[in-house]
Amino acid sequence: MATAFKRPDGRKVEDIRPMKAKVGVVPNADGSAMFAFGGTIAIAAVYGPKELHPRNQRNPAKGTLRCTYNMNSFSVSDRIRPGPSRRSTEISKITGWALEPVVMINNFPNTVVDVHIQIVQADASTRCAGINAAAMALAHAGIPMKDIVSSISIGKLDKQLVVDVDKAEEDWEDGEGPTDIALTFTHNDEKLSHIQLDGYISPKQLKEAVELGKQASKKVYELQKKALKNVGEEITG
Amino acid sequence: MKTPSMNVNRIKTYLAEGKRFDGRKPEEYRNLEISFGVSKKAEGSARVKLGDTEVIVGVKMAVGEPYPDSPNKGNLMVTAELLPLSSSRFELGPPKFTAIELGRLVDRGIREGRFIEFEKLCIKEGEKVWTVFVDVYTINDAGNLLDAAGIGAVAALKNAEIPKYDEKEGKILYGESSGKKMPLTKEIPISITLHKIGDKILVDPTREEEDAGETKVTIGLSNGIISSMQKGNEKELSTDLFGEMLDMGEKIWGDLSKKIEKAAK
Repeated sequence: MATAFKRPDGRKVEDIRPMKAKVGVVPNADGSAMFAFGGTIAIAAVYGPKELHPRNQRNPAKGTLRCTYNMNSFSVSDRIRPGPSRRSTEISKITGWALEPVVMINNFPNTVVDVHIQIVQADASTRCAGINAAAMALAHAGIPMKDIVSSISIGKLDKQLVVDVDKAEEDWEDGEGPTDIALTFTHNDEKLSHIQLDGYISPKQLKEAVELGKQASKKVYELQKKALKNVGEEITG
Repeated sequence: MKTPSMNVNRIKTYLAEGKRFDGRKPEEYRNLEISFGVSKKAEGSARVKLGDTEVIVGVKMAVGEPYPDSPNKGNLMVTAELLPLSSSRFELGPPKFTAIELGRLVDRGIREGRFIEFEKLCIKEGEKVWTVFVDVYTINDAGNLLDAAGIGAVAALKNAEIPKYDEKEGKILYGESSGKKMPLTKEIPISITLHKIGDKILVDPTREEEDAGETKVTIGLSNGIISSMQKGNEKELSTDLFGEMLDMGEKIWGDLSKKIEKAAK
């Protein structure tokens, strides 16, 4: 990786955009947080555990973690029609799966914990920013967790792996084109709780990408931890 | 989580003596903070905080066809999403009445207040005009989303710039500056909602005070002229009290419009 690869915004291949994190951004919520990768800004709020309605959805064996991912209509250049879409429905579900391994939801049978994620401004990697904000908001809400998750995107532009994909890179046109891999890791045992991939990549290089993502996710974790220790302060990193 | 009737009664007793839980006067707004540039992908955007209440409003523009009855005028569309993120009272699902009411009241405040010069948003008469989308998102509902959204819409519009348009290709070049601001009139229309509780009036209610309210009147004011109005909720209202509301509304307009002007600079 010693080659002088040029990223559109001049970053080194392993550089994450300037990150921002803040815990406690929605006073009404039981827990809330903001997380930003450069121009991608997500906020998350947690309500619960609370009674689940309708009753027939209640699970006496464990609680329900219900995530919703939603984009502001003006978070992107071409206005998004307000309301849920196929894309946002899928990301909502996947966000829940990414978080559930660390949330001790089994402690709360018959209840629901709602996690609402809102993308305020989008410059790619929005689901990763959303998951990071949601993990912090859950911890802030005092929901028992055995660990925290940290999410990062790895891109492959032509043949080069890069960390934290932005919009210009998502639209990469040269060579083998763009590959976008969203990854979420648990911190303590460094396991994958989420992976999604679109593009063109060999299994060998994907293994490298996962390793690169694991290392990068540790930087995200450090910022999340710092923000959780300093509620109400905007932490940069 | 509706406000318990004990609190509602206490709000009424206090207000009868001109007092409120948070020490404000009946005609006093909470601290108003306006900031801009919430999303750089928007043509204009603003964040409004009224005490703990917070909304973000963005303006997007697209090219569309004019309505047959106004071939030389741009269009306006206002929507509001009451995000479940902002309150345990809001649920997922299609917009309910309060969200529709919010969007429509903000829409009429701007439209009837003649804030946007729609003729200047015409690209080709009868064929192409700009459509202005104003979208309101609630971040925290601590009462009076109505007025916060109205102020946010005005602020976001004042912050907005028309995107560059390639007429040959029929393509909008988002992100490239056209240097043209949104064509707006000088006077700022503001929606002020006055709430009747007992035989008293108050403005900028907290969530609890809003629950205690029996009826409300939203007035769209622009420099001494009323251009829109709507009474909400089922209780009746004496004409005397209505008169008082108008007087109070006018006074508040002067104060709020100065604050918005100052923030926009």
